Amino acid sequence: MALDKNGIAQRIAQEVQDGYYVNLGIGIPTLVANFVRDDINVEFQSENGILGMGPFPFDGEEDADLINAGKQTITALPGASFFDSAMSFGMIRGKHVDLTILGAMEVAENGDIANWKIPGKMVKGMGGAMDLVASAENIIVAMMHTNRAGESKLLKRCSLPLTGVGCVTKIVTELAVIEVTDKGFKLLERAPGVSVEDIRKATEGTLIVEGDIPEMNLN
Amino acid sequence: MIKKTVKNVQEALDGVKDGMTMMLGGFGLSGIPENSISELVKLNLKDLTCISNNAGVDDFGLGLLLHKKQIKKMISSYVGENAEFERQMLSGELDVELTPQGTLAAKCQAAQQGFPAVYTPAGFGTEVAEGKETREFDGKMYVLEHAYKADFAFVKAWKGDEAGNLIFKGTARNFNPLMCGAATITVAEVEKLVKPGELDPNQIHIPGIFVQRIFEGKNYEKRIEQRTVRQK
Repeated sequence: MALDKNGIAQRIAQEVQDGYYVNLGIGIPTLVANFVRDDINVEFQSENGILGMGPFPFDGEEDADLINAGKQTITALPGASFFDSAMSFGMIRGKHVDLTILGAMEVAENGDIANWKIPGKMVKGMGGAMDLVASAENIIVAMMHTNRAGESKLLKRCSLPLTGVGCVTKIVTELAVIEVTDKGFKLLERAPGVSVEDIRKATEGTLIVEGDIPEMNLN
Repeated sequence: MIKKTVKNVQEALDGVKDGMTMMLGGFGLSGIPENSISELVKLNLKDLTCISNNAGVDDFGLGLLLHKKQIKKMISSYVGENAEFERQMLSGELDVELTPQGTLAAKCQAAQQGFPAVYTPAGFGTEVAEGKETREFDGKMYVLEHAYKADFAFVKAWKGDEAGNLIFKGTARNFNPLMCGAATITVAEVEKLVKPGELDPNQIHIPGIFVQRIFEGKNYEKRIEQRTVRQK
């Protein structure tokens, strides 16, 4: 069974370690916060200017001066801090953020990522994504393996305008966990009930399969 | 003390003209200079270049200026959530320069602090870096990004005093402090304007030297773009 979006988020949450400062992108990455173990200490950064981001506020307690990068109302946890956008990207550029999780339209086998523009169709802008992928050393992409037309999003070369070059370290999709290596996409884990062949079919780029590939453990 | 107060938004915007370059603080609709934007709409200025992280929504924030086709060029990092913007951009009516968010912040801060340009790794190898100088430092590639030049900066703070000192609140801070002193004239509108001495100097985010005009704004709507809540 391929995973749903929550399943992808749940698997990525296992990558979050004690003491990490983590930046979560919009979409599936936002869901990761719901699955992080509660026996470890983690702080979420939102690049519009908060460290120590908490859950959504209770109904009636929302504050226009307290939002995340997706413009959603949020709360600040004890120990949180606010800062301006230059300091926020200073944290990112200066490699003080340990893990970046973001979505993508395409990832190439050399780690290139495209997620900000479809020429002539969709031009929303890159927001903070280009800054994040240019500086972070630990970048996990959360996305579906194929697009709505059924075409692979794990490619030999990105066809869309790039967000960053050679930067993605890991990809988690509804089918698989994949590491980006010098030689291509290395298959690490399969979603429960998904075969290596299913993953190979959905992957356009070079897929490296070494030995038995275990199923993800989502318990 | 050097007094920076002006009577009202009309006085604060004295000298704005067609074709000028304006910086406007805010992220999404949080921390936008609502009073100054309303006045720019009223004055019906044309051919503006606006530097602002976002472009508002269809009927609020910079969307109001877009709706009246007052903006010639928009410099932003993210412009989703605005159908009229997308229409004007795709039809070529509006010139758009998309800039990575951290680079946009750095270009404002460089202007504020007298740096002509800064090197950033953001955008290297992408179309953002096309035509720009690049350089390698310690084995990594960087793009040279020039400081912005603007005529006016419009910022919004939570509290300010007559000396122009500013304190921001929550994530409404965002780009506002970085635009102070980054333009020829900085106009700060505040929710609460107080007498000198009422703000603790230890808590000031932006010293008044970066602000030319300050006034207490009126009727803040502080619209929420994505109201997300949980149940008790």
